[in-house]
Amino acid sequence: MSVLTSARPQVVAIEASEGYWRSVLRRFLKDKVAVAAAIVVLAIVLAALFAHWIAPMDPYAGRTFRRLRPIGTEGFPLGTDELGRDMLSRLIVGARMSLLMGVTPVLIAFGIGSVLGIAAGFIGGWFNTAVMRTVDVFYAFPSVLLAVALSGALGAGLGNAMLSLTIVFIPPIVRVAEAVTTQVRARDYVEAARASGASALTIVRVHVLGNVLGPIFVYATSLISVSMILASGLSFLGLGVRPPEPEWGLMLNTLRTAIYVQPWVAALPGLCIFVTSIAFNMFSDGLRSAMDVKA
Amino acid sequence: MTLFLLRRLLYALPIVLGVSLVCFALVHIAPGDPLISVLPPDATDEVRARMMAAYGFDRPYHEQFLLWAWRALHGDLGMSIATARPVASEVIRAVGNTLILAVAATVIGFAFGLLFGVVAGYFRDSWIDKAASTLAVVGVSVPHYWLGMVLVIIFSSELGWLPATGMGPSGSSGWVPDLEHLKHLALPALTMSVIPMGIVARTTRALVAEILSQDFVGALRAKGLSEGGVFRHVVKNAAPTAIAVMGLQLGYLLGGSILIETVFSWPGTGFLLNNAIFQRDLPLLQGTILVLALFFVVLNLVVDVVQTLLDPRIQRA
Amino acid sequence: MTSPATPLISVTGLARHFAVRRDLLGRPIAVVRAVDGVDFTVRKGETLGIVGESGCGKSTTARLMLKLIEPDAGEIVFDGAEVGGRDLPLKEFRRQAQIVFQDSYASLNPRLTIEASIAFGPQVHGLPARQAVERARALLARVGLEPARFAGRYPHELSGGQRQRVNIARALAFEPRLLVLDEAVSALDKSIEAQVLNLLVDLKEEFGLTYVFISHDLNVVRFMSDRVMVMYLGKVAEIGPADAVFATPRHPYAGALLRSMPSMDPDNRTEEAPISGDPPSPINPPPGCRFHTRCSLAEPVCAQRAPVLGGGDHGVACLMHEAGSGHSRAVGAAA
Repeated sequence: MSVLTSARPQVVAIEASEGYWRSVLRRFLKDKVAVAAAIVVLAIVLAALFAHWIAPMDPYAGRTFRRLRPIGTEGFPLGTDELGRDMLSRLIVGARMSLLMGVTPVLIAFGIGSVLGIAAGFIGGWFNTAVMRTVDVFYAFPSVLLAVALSGALGAGLGNAMLSLTIVFIPPIVRVAEAVTTQVRARDYVEAARASGASALTIVRVHVLGNVLGPIFVYATSLISVSMILASGLSFLGLGVRPPEPEWGLMLNTLRTAIYVQPWVAALPGLCIFVTSIAFNMFSDGLRSAMDVKA
Repeated sequence: MTLFLLRRLLYALPIVLGVSLVCFALVHIAPGDPLISVLPPDATDEVRARMMAAYGFDRPYHEQFLLWAWRALHGDLGMSIATARPVASEVIRAVGNTLILAVAATVIGFAFGLLFGVVAGYFRDSWIDKAASTLAVVGVSVPHYWLGMVLVIIFSSELGWLPATGMGPSGSSGWVPDLEHLKHLALPALTMSVIPMGIVARTTRALVAEILSQDFVGALRAKGLSEGGVFRHVVKNAAPTAIAVMGLQLGYLLGGSILIETVFSWPGTGFLLNNAIFQRDLPLLQGTILVLALFFVVLNLVVDVVQTLLDPRIQRA
Repeated sequence: MTSPATPLISVTGLARHFAVRRDLLGRPIAVVRAVDGVDFTVRKGETLGIVGESGCGKSTTARLMLKLIEPDAGEIVFDGAEVGGRDLPLKEFRRQAQIVFQDSYASLNPRLTIEASIAFGPQVHGLPARQAVERARALLARVGLEPARFAGRYPHELSGGQRQRVNIARALAFEPRLLVLDEAVSALDKSIEAQVLNLLVDLKEEFGLTYVFISHDLNVVRFMSDRVMVMYLGKVAEIGPADAVFATPRHPYAGALLRSMPSMDPDNRTEEAPISGDPPSPINPPPGCRFHTRCSLAEPVCAQRAPVLGGGDHGVACLMHEAGSGHSRAVGAAA
């Protein structure tokens, strides 16, 4: 064993290779559509974060004499709503609640679903069966139905709506996490790690997580688009945010009566949901192809 | 074959049980008193207790569940708290209306989705392909309740061609196959069809592209088979998957119609759910969800079996 | 440490069955007898070659003897101590017995630099990270990969031969005594294969290793091995010194297998296929001697009676070598 134990520390400059995430970033930046989507997402997030500074007017202050002004009215570039409030300001501030309702459930579901799915995939056996059969039951409900059923039963409210959506998104994330983990677990390097005598927890930390979290995360980002639509849909049904809080789905609902008066003003909140949803979708697609390349 | 069917049925049983459990639990995760909407706020404790006993809410959970499941098996989903009518009959009527809408939407969505998908897969990376792919992304990213509003704005409010709401003239709630009813069906069905359209287009494109890149297609071409002949082979190979996607989409639409039905005041299950939620009519909520979910489970089973029968490559072990 | 005469590893009655189909209640209806009662020993400092057609249980045997798969039955004794027992905890056994797999790419975590991959093992066994990295670099140099150029690279930036050198270094980083090479050179180009084989020979000498060398390539096994074990359908057909087995195979299957080796001598061409067809399915294998369905010397008794591995140093499991077995060519009573 002389070579090993007597080896003197070598002082050499190690040639650094491009790490995985840097190569993902490089590929992502080459994808014009994905970059554009990322910029839109970033803009919406920034608008939501600094909404109260950006919004030109008070989103809650209405005047009955200026109800339902058309797009392009002086002082109200996007018109006013049914209570005479500035649409532009309400749409900007509305991004806060819509994003919060759409993104939070996916993030929480990503956390819970990853843990459950990775555990099920790595442990296997009866634990896997128990988790996956339970997930199957939730798959028997179309997602819209499950979201509406849960928030309907829990009662209207922001918290209940987000709770329902979290429950809706855990099963699909568990499925993906389990599938990816089962695949990785069968790879030789995991077998080699087991042959090293490392504990299960160490193997998961060093050899499994790094290879499964990426794909699970990409899948989760693809759910944000669906989540935005569902969250606003719950508000649209009156199950989410309560008035007078601006939120795109709720605004769409209260403006529904105005479609014969100011149709295009009434359609604006939906356009915001649409743009956000499509931006998240394309961002996620770009991320997927940037990460999919055999590294 | 019989073994295969038996196995699938056996596999569906625990799911049905799980679905019933979830539906049963819906009433019990609800905050507050399940009788809140029928009892006057000043009801005495004695009246309250009598009502609890009458609805069976005073028994232990497992007994309640067994009783509820037993009755549901016999087609008794309880009484609607708001209307005092049997839930089962209300749901059946509503499911019929939703089914009309969902089938129409599936047919439209499938026809166009298939068309876009096949064209895109055939002319890969051409502008047609890019357009079809964009359409597919739009289809899955658009909030359909908003799309419904936009269509109403264009075709009812601006052009005045089609009615905006309802199922037929003067609040008709029964389907008659006449022009007026078809006109009422047009907008909601078109709106709903966008959901499967995008998914079908995406799936078909991938399927066609994959089949075309396979060796046997090259062999067929080399054999001198005409493009039409090649196309027939492609269709034959893509059909099982396409049918599976269609069946599942129909199920999703049945369960996901609530938002569109709300926009168009369509008297289906979504409308019923909406009422149930806002009148806190929990038996009605529970019954509707149970029927829709079971419908989805059965549909899944049928799709699975049909797909296996059509596709010789899937082993029926 | 025990005496040099104690086998480094000795395996008795090793068996593993896999259920391949289950009925509605999950009870197995078909079972693959992947490894079905295998005995052998590996002596200190030798190389035991294991050969056989694909599906004969070579790789499963390797994984079972390292307890990477839990055996259904059997005993594994490592240098006189029961594996997993009080004297040899499983973790320490894992340090002393390492394996190199066939697929060099799948054996390396794509998210780790090769240096990190090699250093992982020693760290599991308590070596501080800095020293583990130093050891990794020393080993990279030893297997012929310049540390300055290779240590920070990722597996996909290396060629197959380079990756397999990394895998060898990864296994050596544990300072093991036994190294199982499971088709470790089979996926490499012939010229690279020769380089890696020579490296393995040198490393064995240098680190005092013992090898279990698994391959379907008989020429390579002959080059590497001191002793050879021939497996057929989950059982040992023949085991003995490499020279003896290659010169005078005793089992009809071993004979046929060796005759199927391509010869370098044009005058000594194989005129007819020594064995034809695929081996029978290991699901419900044939009764009696498992080879009797393809054996040119089979007699009715072969379908009834399972042969037992016997015959000392050059052991064989064949009724022709069992006294009084009922086979017409059976050796005399005293054999």
